[in-house]
Amino acid sequence: YIKMRLSIIRTATNSFARGNYARISSSDLSFFEKAIGKDYVKTKEIENYTSDWTRQMKGSSECVLLPSSTEETSSIIKYCAEKRIAVVVQGGNTGLVGGATPIHDELILSTGRIKNNFHLEPSSGVLTLDAGFILADADNRLAEHGFMMPLDLGAKGSCQIGGCIAAGAGGIRLLRYGSLHSHLLGCTMVDGKGTILNLGGRLRKDNTSLHTAHLAIGSEGQLGVVTSVTMGVVPRPLSILSAMLAVSSYSDCIRILSLARSKLGEILSSFELIDGETMKCVESHLPLKNVFQGSHDFYLLIETHGSNGDHDAEKLNQFVEEALGMELAVDGVAANSENERAHMWRLREESPIAAAKDGYIYKFDVSLPLEHFYRLTEETRDKLKGRGRVYCYGHLGDGNSHLNVTTDGEDEELKKELSPFVYNWVVSHGGSISAEHGIGQLKRDYRSLGKSASESSLIRSLKGVFDPHSILCPYKMISTQD
Amino acid sequence: MRVLVGVKRVVDYAVKVRVKPDKTGVITEGVQHSINPFDEIALEEAVKLKEKKAATEVVAFSMGGPKCQEVLRTALAKGADKAIHIEVPDADASKLEPLHVARALKKIIENDKFDAVFLGKQAIDDDANQTGSLIAGILDWPQALYASKVEPDGKYLKVTREIDGGLDTIKVSLPAVLSADLRLNEPRYATLPNIMKAKKKPLEKKSAKDLGIDVTPQTKVLEVSEPPVRQAGGFVDDVSALITKLKEKGFIKA
Repeated sequence: YIKMRLSIIRTATNSFARGNYARISSSDLSFFEKAIGKDYVKTKEIENYTSDWTRQMKGSSECVLLPSSTEETSSIIKYCAEKRIAVVVQGGNTGLVGGATPIHDELILSTGRIKNNFHLEPSSGVLTLDAGFILADADNRLAEHGFMMPLDLGAKGSCQIGGCIAAGAGGIRLLRYGSLHSHLLGCTMVDGKGTILNLGGRLRKDNTSLHTAHLAIGSEGQLGVVTSVTMGVVPRPLSILSAMLAVSSYSDCIRILSLARSKLGEILSSFELIDGETMKCVESHLPLKNVFQGSHDFYLLIETHGSNGDHDAEKLNQFVEEALGMELAVDGVAANSENERAHMWRLREESPIAAAKDGYIYKFDVSLPLEHFYRLTEETRDKLKGRGRVYCYGHLGDGNSHLNVTTDGEDEELKKELSPFVYNWVVSHGGSISAEHGIGQLKRDYRSLGKSASESSLIRSLKGVFDPHSILCPYKMISTQD
Repeated sequence: MRVLVGVKRVVDYAVKVRVKPDKTGVITEGVQHSINPFDEIALEEAVKLKEKKAATEVVAFSMGGPKCQEVLRTALAKGADKAIHIEVPDADASKLEPLHVARALKKIIENDKFDAVFLGKQAIDDDANQTGSLIAGILDWPQALYASKVEPDGKYLKVTREIDGGLDTIKVSLPAVLSADLRLNEPRYATLPNIMKAKKKPLEKKSAKDLGIDVTPQTKVLEVSEPPVRQAGGFVDDVSALITKLKEKGFIKA
């Protein structure tokens, strides 16, 4: 069934044709200027909004709006719904699948100025904040009160919380703290008619009806614009310990993961993989050095979070002694200061940046059962036979591989073959073609893979309820035509 | 050549330091501490000399409360062979001054021959930059401070120093005092096998009182306060607006 579906996809023409939406006119611009102020209706120098950060995906939009509140957002969307103007919603524009940038001339609605309200309830650990807050800034503010954002990702210095919700962001500590579903309590979303929806609330427990706020998670702007988020935040750990292990085989990596789970238990917070090729790529494209002398085939970055430094160090030491004693790891290094820890994380978090500098890049973000996790990388290397370079890094603890392929310049032949090959492999081995990055425009053609007809139909119906004129983020995750 | 390396436990360089409400100092409770970055560089240099066979033994030294042992263990994991902890009660630890540390170093050297004392150029908490010079004066040893390059030369050390005017290269005869500046080297990470081996390396503890080291403070901190909040800047649209603003603020004559 899967092979048949994929062959259908392979031969289908790229159906990104512009929909029947209005083109923005000067009277539209006047309306926007009156609604949010002339300074916040941008028509010049908007390259950073019209393309993604890899500059591989670019649209032809001519207007960016920067509302500062839920109300301003509502009046914009209401107007666009009436006039049938297509809108793409953009937060920090750090997405990896081109979900936040236009395909054609969609109006770009940036949430970057919606950041007035930030309220923490310290005794319950409940935070309400506007969608435009940058994740790192929100985290710094929480630090002053002994709290921490439950998610962390490489893009934290630029990504916004509204975008995190819409993308269903995962990150480097999902292993410990769980996904956004574990933390979201409520949100405010402006739907495709301009209606302000206040979903959920501030309570940890409320079983009075459907948990509608959770529909926003991973909705990729299809149902509405998230303008405010209410979520649980976690106590800031008093002890953070980081270490890197050098490992010679993938099967040893998995054994180390089991050992970490049993010996570190509740303090295990991150378990990340960087493969040997990726580390070499990082060293050659960035001014960053490996923490190990010599190169190895696999590197693991392990972090613990806890409330008692001595207790955690004791556990980490025992774990490390066993890992080295049983020769599961060839070498290991511990971070002894914040600088050393930051350096280790830069190696992992800047891997995507190094890969992007390595050539024309094809990014994959897949979930696989652990026994198949690395075989995908090996088989992709075999298939390419030197036509491109293959890198693998990711959240090994979550079974989430960020497979990246780079070529010198765009290879049209490879482009047509690579995605079907990887996605077919992933689905036939019981995995997901998008673990955390989402569908956006990049994986649009494969969005129905693995979904039943009834689920797809339900999703289209929900889209119709929230966005009856299909003006929100068209040409992407949900189409009303399938 | 036997090298004694001084290491100090300080608030981690990356921590955002905050002043105590009573203004007597900065908050150190519950805050991440680590080895003073310049001391780490000094230690790395000593260990490098040992690896080049120019030094035979590297001994790490720290003076302070019980938690000093953490940085001494790190030093052992990063290549020191032995560690010495001169302990003072926690209450006195925060009032220790460079002169007390210099006196402690003198006591250690009296009982045990060393050919060099390596230190970081200054500690990042008090920025005193005194211990190196004080111990050199007390022992009447030559000093090579702010070293950015060290070359052993028989009974001498050839040291390149970073000074305001550029680079200054000197030759000092051993025994000598050396202080490390930022660009001397890049400290290594403590490998996990070495961290485990470090647990078996000797860590000697002596109390300052038993050694007869006088730790009476000579200075008293009157007040610690935050620097003034930086005023927000403003944007101007063009050069004439800039000129007007500069005139308004009295930076250029009208």
